[in-house]
Amino acid sequence: MNKKQKKVLIRIIVAAVLMGVLSLLPIEGYVRLALFMIPYLVIGYDILKKAFKGILNKQVFDENFLMAVATIGAIILGEYTEGVAVMLFYQVGELFQSYAVGKSRRNISELMDIRPDYANIERDGKLERVDPDEVEVGTVIVVQPGEKIPIDGIITEGTSTLNTSALTGESLPRDAAAGDEVISGCINMTGVLKIQTTKEFGESTVSKILDLVENSSSKKSRSENFISKFAKYYTPAVCYGALALAILPPLVRMAVLGLTPEWGEWIYRALTFLVISCPCALVISIPLSFFAGIGGASNQGVLVKGSNYLETLSQTKYVVFDKTGTMTQGVFEVSGIHHNKLAEEKLLEYAALAESASSHPISKSLQRAYGKPIDRERVTEIEEISGNGVTAKVDGTPVAAGNGKLMKRLGIEYKECHQVGTVIHMAVDGAYAGHILISDILKPHAKEAIHALKKAGIFKTVMLTGDAKNVAEQVAKELDIQEVYSELLPADKVSKVEELLHKKGEKEKLAFVGDGINDAPVLSRADIGIAMGALGSDAAIEAADVVLMDDDPLKIAKAIKISRKCIRIVYENIGFALGIKAICLILGALGIANMWLAIFADVGVMVIAVLNAIRALFVKKL
Amino acid sequence: MKKTYKIDVDCANCANKMEDAAKNTAGVKDATVNFMALKMIVEFEEGQEPKTVMEEVRKNCKKVEDDCEIFL
Repeated sequence: MNKKQKKVLIRIIVAAVLMGVLSLLPIEGYVRLALFMIPYLVIGYDILKKAFKGILNKQVFDENFLMAVATIGAIILGEYTEGVAVMLFYQVGELFQSYAVGKSRRNISELMDIRPDYANIERDGKLERVDPDEVEVGTVIVVQPGEKIPIDGIITEGTSTLNTSALTGESLPRDAAAGDEVISGCINMTGVLKIQTTKEFGESTVSKILDLVENSSSKKSRSENFISKFAKYYTPAVCYGALALAILPPLVRMAVLGLTPEWGEWIYRALTFLVISCPCALVISIPLSFFAGIGGASNQGVLVKGSNYLETLSQTKYVVFDKTGTMTQGVFEVSGIHHNKLAEEKLLEYAALAESASSHPISKSLQRAYGKPIDRERVTEIEEISGNGVTAKVDGTPVAAGNGKLMKRLGIEYKECHQVGTVIHMAVDGAYAGHILISDILKPHAKEAIHALKKAGIFKTVMLTGDAKNVAEQVAKELDIQEVYSELLPADKVSKVEELLHKKGEKEKLAFVGDGINDAPVLSRADIGIAMGALGSDAAIEAADVVLMDDDPLKIAKAIKISRKCIRIVYENIGFALGIKAICLILGALGIANMWLAIFADVGVMVIAVLNAIRALFVKKL
Repeated sequence: MKKTYKIDVDCANCANKMEDAAKNTAGVKDATVNFMALKMIVEFEEGQEPKTVMEEVRKNCKKVEDDCEIFL
């Protein structure tokens, strides 16, 4: 508890004790009133002051005004104990609320405890701690085991394993060695690392993420806007309602029915009405639910840029994917060698050497599959035939590596591959020597991810890709994706998404999932743009509404489930608070509920709504 | 131009009141108060000096909610 809260707590205790003692004393008349004014003012002076100030500023109707009128009214009617008690419980409720909010604020900042406090720089053989803000690009920093990497950079010395769980929610540690790029926010676990920084602290991943998370709940959702608008009209409406309740029934009794007016009874009912109507539970619990939901999600490696996006995400019915980098790894690998006359290794060796001059991803993957260093001196007379392939001499032997067109051109008979992917036909010494199949591989959880989405009630999954039709269709079939559009240029992807947006209903939202490379326009065009594998990609963090920190497609379904839980809690709270208030208002107007019940309804509803809101924080098992 | 300020305020409704007060201050194009993060994000109109505008914003906020603080 902070100082302010402690002060309120002391006031509550003092006022409660005084009230208890006074209500037992057999004093009557003005002395009793004067004595009761002591606990009343102790507990309520600030509320009265605020209510008075509100009137001066022409901002009359707020909860302070409601409480002030209700309690002063009760005291005038001679119900001293009730007047003090209402003020007392109101303050208890406020204290609880402020404590709960502070607690969840701290909880969430602990969850996102990735801010590095210092960076180590080696000077004259000694380590010196400096503010990460002061480290210039290109400086070598030292990160010891157990410390956070403060700034993005490249490892120059040392090997270690890194714990990225604070960033990605992924508990499996990553290995890192000299030459690897590392991102800030990871925890160095085993070895000492020397890192040459490549960015300033302010531009580093950890700063970007912190900025995003801290500003996330500023974009308000429709439910939040609804509540603040609602509160604006609700409070005055209730005040006039109470006024009517105090005046009309007695007048009707007098003038029409010819009975005694019973002013006291009706005013008491009106005051009860005021106490019940306090909108606190709604006003606090809705933003708190969203805040907890966003906090819980970021702990799981799902960053949501605002509560409005959380709301949209929960209504998602269509999920559109990019293929490369989202469902597949975007890394090409040799997946087969067929019809080879030579040993596989020999064929790979020829292919890797012949393609050694090229920087194309295909030649990179050949070199990776070959796995040994390339001795370029063995290769001579390299000739690249654009759109066909390469011819060269390896150790003096003529080698041709390329597609079917190259083989036709050379007049060599070749065999088509019946599998999907990029095929490199090889000819050695003028004779066909078989072909090498290279294909993109699926991400480990891609299939489960689609399954999880369907289970979560997604109507339709669609895949868009620039790749060839047969490749796209095979991937879609393997993953069980319903619709697939292939051979699209980036601009075509936008128009395809627009077409889908046009077809679907107003309430069904469309999410686009991409890796942030080349698809920024689509990310922003979709109802909600989800970027994957954002670690290190600024473009993705900028363009998307939801950022998945690692590139596991299973997180898509998880993000949707988190958002649904959060929204469900929001609706529960709205329904519960409004429902209970409505019932109590009716009971109060009918004279069944007295002021004690009213204050318990008010504070109790708020406590339950706040506790329910905090539930949105627990999303680990979704 | 957008700037973010740290604020201190006790209740969610008071934060809404601050938001309204800030929005209605001359020189402010738009303002959002994030009660949970205790932050106020102010978008200034072009050619306005944030410092002087924020003094006014603080004054207006104090008027509607004297318990609040904006750390400039």
